[in-house]
Amino acid sequence: MQAAAVLPSAPGSGGRAQARLVLFLLLAPALVWLLGLIVLPHIDLAVLSLRVRVAPREYAPSLAQYRTFVEEPLYWHTFVRTALMSILATGITLLLAFPIAWTIAKLVRGRAKSLLLVMCLIPFWVSETVRTLGWMILLRESGVLPAVLVQLGITDAPVELLYRDATILVGLVYTSMLFMVVPLISALESLDDSLVEAAYDLGGNGPSILWQIVIPHAAPGILAGCIVVFMLTLGNYLTPTLLGGKNSLWFTEQIYTQFITRFNWEQGAAFGFLLLGLSTAIVWLGLKLTGQKFGEVMRRS
Amino acid sequence: MIASLPRPAWLRAGTVAYALVFFAFLFLPLGVVAVFAFNDAPYPAPPWRGFTLDWFFGGKPGRTGLFADGPLLASLWTSVVVAAWVTALAVLVGTTNAFLIERARFPGKQALSFLMLAPLVIPGVILGISILAFASRLAQLADSWWGLELDFLRPGLPLVVIGQFSYIVSIATLIITARLKRFDITLEEAAYNLGASRAAVFSTITLPYLKPALVGAGAISFLMSFENFNTTLMLVGSDAPLTVMMYGRMREGATPVLNAVSLFLMLASAALALTLLRKPADGAGR
Repeated sequence: MQAAAVLPSAPGSGGRAQARLVLFLLLAPALVWLLGLIVLPHIDLAVLSLRVRVAPREYAPSLAQYRTFVEEPLYWHTFVRTALMSILATGITLLLAFPIAWTIAKLVRGRAKSLLLVMCLIPFWVSETVRTLGWMILLRESGVLPAVLVQLGITDAPVELLYRDATILVGLVYTSMLFMVVPLISALESLDDSLVEAAYDLGGNGPSILWQIVIPHAAPGILAGCIVVFMLTLGNYLTPTLLGGKNSLWFTEQIYTQFITRFNWEQGAAFGFLLLGLSTAIVWLGLKLTGQKFGEVMRRS
Repeated sequence: MIASLPRPAWLRAGTVAYALVFFAFLFLPLGVVAVFAFNDAPYPAPPWRGFTLDWFFGGKPGRTGLFADGPLLASLWTSVVVAAWVTALAVLVGTTNAFLIERARFPGKQALSFLMLAPLVIPGVILGISILAFASRLAQLADSWWGLELDFLRPGLPLVVIGQFSYIVSIATLIITARLKRFDITLEEAAYNLGASRAAVFSTITLPYLKPALVGAGAISFLMSFENFNTTLMLVGSDAPLTVMMYGRMREGATPVLNAVSLFLMLASAALALTLLRKPADGAGR
């Protein structure tokens, strides 16, 4: 390493050797973390996914794990289903979050504004387990909502609202809301009010201003929110398994089953890589579409 | 439409109505959890059978309250211990990372700071399995090469701490770097000119400046560790932290003691949020 570290305010003589020592001390934890916990484990996982067991404790390199994924309809159905449901959940989250973000960013001022913002944050200080417990109490057959429906005379007997796809979507949208609202608010706040006023004076109406002024301006925030929500939804385990039960067919569940229940690590590693690939591809595509830098998006969200 | 433009009455009414429905949606699950912590029935379900504190203080069989439920309290404590370790490690390494990004110059720095963000886009389940598989390979190698039994590499709390740390430190790094970036380096230079040693400058100038970011990063790390489920589930051994324990009981259909512990968590995180939200306001007032 010839281009040695120069810490700006290194004083006096012997600064160079000292600076090298400091650089080493700062670099060591970062390298241990990134190599030891991120890079090497993922390489190991890739190796694991590319081998097959031919005899006890004997392995041969093979694409068998990925072939199983393609040939077994259950696996790739689950994969496609997880992806589609995640896209749907992301879209719904965006639609529901946008009016609230607009209200907080543009319509209310002062104390009311910070109050509404804090009210958006509060539910997410509580763990996802607790929020899911709330939905289970609300939706299960003996729960609150079916009882209310019977009281109102809408259904004759309590209906089971858990274990449906719509329920999984409600849970996923709920869990993701914060990660959409916050980037949207910061994107909308940076929109100059006078632009909207000018558009209005020039004869624009609500929808045209929204399409031609607001959305183009907020696109980076919208994208940041969508990427984060999609990623979190795709990798979610708790909400689909608890709200969807046996019907949830979520891909993370397959990974868990292979890894922990069946102890088939090779297959589980292959599934893990497929999920990681999908997640990375979507993030990359999203960034590419709007020409943004990864670091900027992460910092903004 | 923005506030300065005329809005028709139906749009105003619509905005208010939507906001009400939205916040009802946000708070409904939490409200339900809190209310049924006090219902005098063996399951958290309607109808309302009267008020009771049994699910907090009860000790009778079938009616074990939170403070008499040994396994639940043990898992709560496990979560606290894990979160404390993760917080300490994440803040420490987050600080060294911040100095590395902001102060040091070395080849490959760009790539390194890019890589530091990567854990945030890796699904938690995959972080979990990759660390599980890698740790088990290391344990196997240690066993076959040196005959060493490295128990901490088997599923269990040390591995949970490592797994959670692996991505929480990214967040701590972001928070601390953001504050260090705004630091006025001339303050340090002035102190050096006045004859202060490196250690003295660090402890009297730089560290006090960073303190709000360190506290903030610590609080967020603690909370994220406490609430983590995905990574933890893959790495957990016999001692389950609270989220994993609650998950197991929720699948079986548990008594309202889970509501009681949830309410306890809500109050604890509300208290944490309030102290954190107040702090900066105090500082600005002075």
